[in-house]
Amino acid sequence: MNDTVEIAVDVRDAIKRYGDFTALQKISLGIRDNEFFTLLGPSGCGKTTLLRMIAGFEDVTEGGIYLFGDEIKTLPPHKRPVNTVFQNYALFPHMTVLENVGFGLEMKGSSRKDAAKRAGEMLDLVQLSQFAKRKPAQLSGGQQQRVALARALAPSPKVLLLDEPLSALDLKLRKAMQIELKHIQRETGITFIFVTHDQEEALTMSDRIAVMSAGELQQLGAPRDIYEHPRNMFVADFIGDTNLLEVSVDKITDGRAQCHIGGGHELICDAVDGVSVGASVHLSVRPERLVLSDQASDGNSLKGTVTENIYIGTDISTMLDLEGGPKITVRTSNTERGNKRLIEPGSPAFVNMEAGAARLLVD
Amino acid sequence: MAGGAASGGSAASDTYKEARHWLLMPSWLVLGFFVFAPVCVMVIYSFLTKEFRGGVIWEPTLAAYDQFFFDRGLFGDSDPTLQWTYIEIFWRSIWQAGLATIMSLLIGFPTAYFIATRPDGTRALWVFLITIPYWVNLLIRTVSMKFLLRDEGPMNDALLNIGLIGEPLQIINTNLAVQLGLFYSYLPFMVLPIYASIERYNFTMSEAAADLYATKFTTLRRIVLPAVKPGVIAGCILVFVPSLGAFLAPDLLGGAKNFMIGSLIEEQFKGNAGNWPFGAAASMILLSMVLVLLLIFAQQQRRAGAAT
Repeated sequence: MNDTVEIAVDVRDAIKRYGDFTALQKISLGIRDNEFFTLLGPSGCGKTTLLRMIAGFEDVTEGGIYLFGDEIKTLPPHKRPVNTVFQNYALFPHMTVLENVGFGLEMKGSSRKDAAKRAGEMLDLVQLSQFAKRKPAQLSGGQQQRVALARALAPSPKVLLLDEPLSALDLKLRKAMQIELKHIQRETGITFIFVTHDQEEALTMSDRIAVMSAGELQQLGAPRDIYEHPRNMFVADFIGDTNLLEVSVDKITDGRAQCHIGGGHELICDAVDGVSVGASVHLSVRPERLVLSDQASDGNSLKGTVTENIYIGTDISTMLDLEGGPKITVRTSNTERGNKRLIEPGSPAFVNMEAGAARLLVD
Repeated sequence: MAGGAASGGSAASDTYKEARHWLLMPSWLVLGFFVFAPVCVMVIYSFLTKEFRGGVIWEPTLAAYDQFFFDRGLFGDSDPTLQWTYIEIFWRSIWQAGLATIMSLLIGFPTAYFIATRPDGTRALWVFLITIPYWVNLLIRTVSMKFLLRDEGPMNDALLNIGLIGEPLQIINTNLAVQLGLFYSYLPFMVLPIYASIERYNFTMSEAAADLYATKFTTLRRIVLPAVKPGVIAGCILVFVPSLGAFLAPDLLGGAKNFMIGSLIEEQFKGNAGNWPFGAAASMILLSMVLVLLLIFAQQQRRAGAAT
């Protein structure tokens, strides 16, 4: 890690327990200044708990949380220079949009006039100036969401926390907001910590992603890193579609692992720390990294029989039974396929892959 | 017969309308017989001439209202001057009921907040506990209150014993005793509506306020109170209105000096000394006052509703 990068939020060995139940098990992560950081995981994985601990709504059972080097875990929420966009927006129904956005500034000591001026600028940023005088109930869900964003940004927080803010929006609006959020993050230069269970959303928006499951950090890295080099079964399975095959490692030479899967198919892939000769582990290979052909290639090539072709717009998804049992799915983009004929179900075919396409997983 | 289907449809809805009238009939009968009719009797009696042994003579007159507002001397032949006695009693009643309402609000709001923020499933128990004393008749509760507040009563004994006071506090037969009595009589009417509105309140809004640098007190004032205002207003009306007309607490705890409207009206219908038309007129004036208050409130609610 680069030394010149400042750490905005430093979570050190944070543990959260509710009675006997441990919601977070010793999490440590550093969130860099100016980055769009996402906490990703299924519901109940502890991502929201961690966010609420940073905001100050949940106590830290053990460990510490530092904001630009200052310990904040004992500060009440109203003394932490972070702001939150809530999942259900939590706008104040009896105040106008402008009053909502200006509330934080007013509480920080700005005069009503200054607060209103800055609130107006924030409404410009989220393109809602014409609704300043309305009450939140008179706005659509997407507009309310933008008001919540403007309200949280108005006091210029050091870190903005976003708790699944897009989950209540329909798909089209959600996609548009993803891009808008990303732009606003770049424009303002504020560190965003974004909580979501939607892996596609996380990949689209984030500079870095922390994948969580069962109160534990599974993997921390850039979207590409996490997608292409998942560290374990959970991450490989949770992020995107993948083929998970059981493999035995036979030999490791020069960073290459020679292994075989059920049915005796031989494969060569990159060796991974923590997987040694003789280990029985899983191998993840993304369907789009596989090439379907009627001829075997020189490298990894698995022989099987096509069982089904499914048309999914941009791609064709082909399912095969490999000789000796394992099933595998291959995804071919329609442009790549060109005019080539589909291999019909029941026909034999070869699944070819480069050595780098398959990834051994530490269970 | 064009539009046969359409008329069939409206016939069906007519059937519903007719059924609705019949189904509402019991309510209309009860309301008419027990609310509307007594008020009519009261209005009529307030304009009749009094009979000396109670009851009325069927001769229309404004004498009852005249007696309320004007003093015409011992024999009724002097020039009328404004009569303050009854207006003062009314004013004192409003004052007492107002203070009792404020007391109920100060104690009732935190109580309601406490109950509404208990974990799911335990709240019903708390509400139940609040209502337990109210299973006992109001008269008995007020008499026990008298016993508790007495100069030689347990409260003064305790205060004397711990040396907090040198001689018994004179509480009984004071305004304070009346306020305490009213407060105790009607507290649940304050707690329950406020509890209902706090329970519906979305506490994420309090988190949002704290997140936006508001202290707990500011959050209460700027976010929670406006959101639960309808419950607070309902609670205040439900305590203020019955307190205004109450006669048990003023009679038993206030003594002769602390006469309130309720007692004044009650006296007019008791034994041979009463004056039915005057009692009816005083009730009418009380009713009109309450009505005006409620109308002002309704107007404000409508204005607040129109603003959102």
